[in-house]
Amino acid sequence: MSTRSVVPFGPQHPVLPEPIHLDLVLEDELVVEAIPSIGFIHRGLEKLVEKKDFGEFVYVAERICGICSFMHGMGYCEAVERTMKIEIPNRAKYLRTIWSEMSRIHSHLLWLGLLADAFGFESLFMESWRMREKILDMFEYSTGGRVIFSVNKIGGQRKDMSNDMIMDFVGILDGMEKEIKALSNTFLLDYAVKSRLDGVGILTKQQAHDLGAVGPFMRASGIHLDTRNLGYGAYSELSFEPITSDVGDSYARTDVRIREIYQSIDLIRQAAQKIPDGEFAVPVKGFPSGEYMMRVEQPRGEAIYYVKANGTKNLDRMRVRTPTFANIPGLVETLKGCQLADVPILILTIDPCISCTER
Amino acid sequence: MIDTDISIISAGEIMTGALKMKTSGFRLVQICAVRTADGYELTYSFGREYEIKHLRVQLGTDEEIASISDIFSPAFLYENEISDLFGAKIKMINLDYHGNLYRLHSETPFKN
Repeated sequence: MSTRSVVPFGPQHPVLPEPIHLDLVLEDELVVEAIPSIGFIHRGLEKLVEKKDFGEFVYVAERICGICSFMHGMGYCEAVERTMKIEIPNRAKYLRTIWSEMSRIHSHLLWLGLLADAFGFESLFMESWRMREKILDMFEYSTGGRVIFSVNKIGGQRKDMSNDMIMDFVGILDGMEKEIKALSNTFLLDYAVKSRLDGVGILTKQQAHDLGAVGPFMRASGIHLDTRNLGYGAYSELSFEPITSDVGDSYARTDVRIREIYQSIDLIRQAAQKIPDGEFAVPVKGFPSGEYMMRVEQPRGEAIYYVKANGTKNLDRMRVRTPTFANIPGLVETLKGCQLADVPILILTIDPCISCTER
Repeated sequence: MIDTDISIISAGEIMTGALKMKTSGFRLVQICAVRTADGYELTYSFGREYEIKHLRVQLGTDEEIASISDIFSPAFLYENEISDLFGAKIKMINLDYHGNLYRLHSETPFKN
């Protein structure tokens, strides 16, 4: 029997932009067990809801994360709106959908860049992030911000996009689609890239189910679930199917995320054709009362926003269950049986967002 | 969340409640704690495809509840979080961080 040793991985590591720690139990170079450790930068943002007005808290919710900031704001607003029985205008639903899908493209391109960087393919990393810049430019043009947008509010949106602007964005995305095809060919067909991803870190469908995995990490293991099918925003009026793979390895996770970029472009095209004219917000009167659990499909998977209100301006509780938090048990399972050299890639394949997790 | 999706149970019934969910094909989606005047309200959410169901337990401040991590292994993270932030007493967590999942400046900051 080989000698067992414990190797600490993180919280500071070249592949980790944010702190997570794993105690890796090794037999030679083989990982036999991994014990996760988080909580290095926990901020306690949820507690602030007791001090901030429920309308002001949108700004706090947006600051849970710098990548899916729009969706955090939207998820919180949708939950509060349901406790207040507010029906937002149709145009606001479409605006939320368009900005959400732009967020997904930007997040997946960011992840592709980080993945390329992790296996040392610098030009692929730069190419992925060059394309991501175009989405950030579109955010800046439409909202004024590149990271925090502050366009969500209870009752709708703070800003509108003109129909011409939306069609301009569709034109930019048409051009980007061709560039992304070239990029995805390298990710999916290049021999060196495939050798790092193919057959590495398999999570079976049953494991993905039992371990509560979410998002592309779960869908790459063959589970046909996408929270957008619950019909929030304008998704009930758009045509799409969850993107899945039956393989469950790192290559499948990459493939699913790349295909989701095309899907997001298609959803924005559909939304641009169908977005109705009219108001993009309704006045809000009174205070929220009751409780609601809102489920939103973020780029990394299902996020849950639970709010409990007492009829005053301050909520009793706001909780966010982030996708990375849900994917940690699945990550630990994929690490078992892998080589030490594959650990950084495997951590990346859940697309971890520690900022979200340490809300 | 619709009220009819929530089943109110006692702390002693959580294991059998969770086991019923497991045998019905549900998986753990989340566990959420809310501070109440007398203790805590724990909501266990389970999902099966797009369906979601909740078990709710009212727990006294000094009352203990059994961990469901033997039935749903991902529960260990949620239970450690609740233990760290709220100070709720959850026993027999299969991977217990004993208050050290989060590095906090003050103990159980969500308790008060």
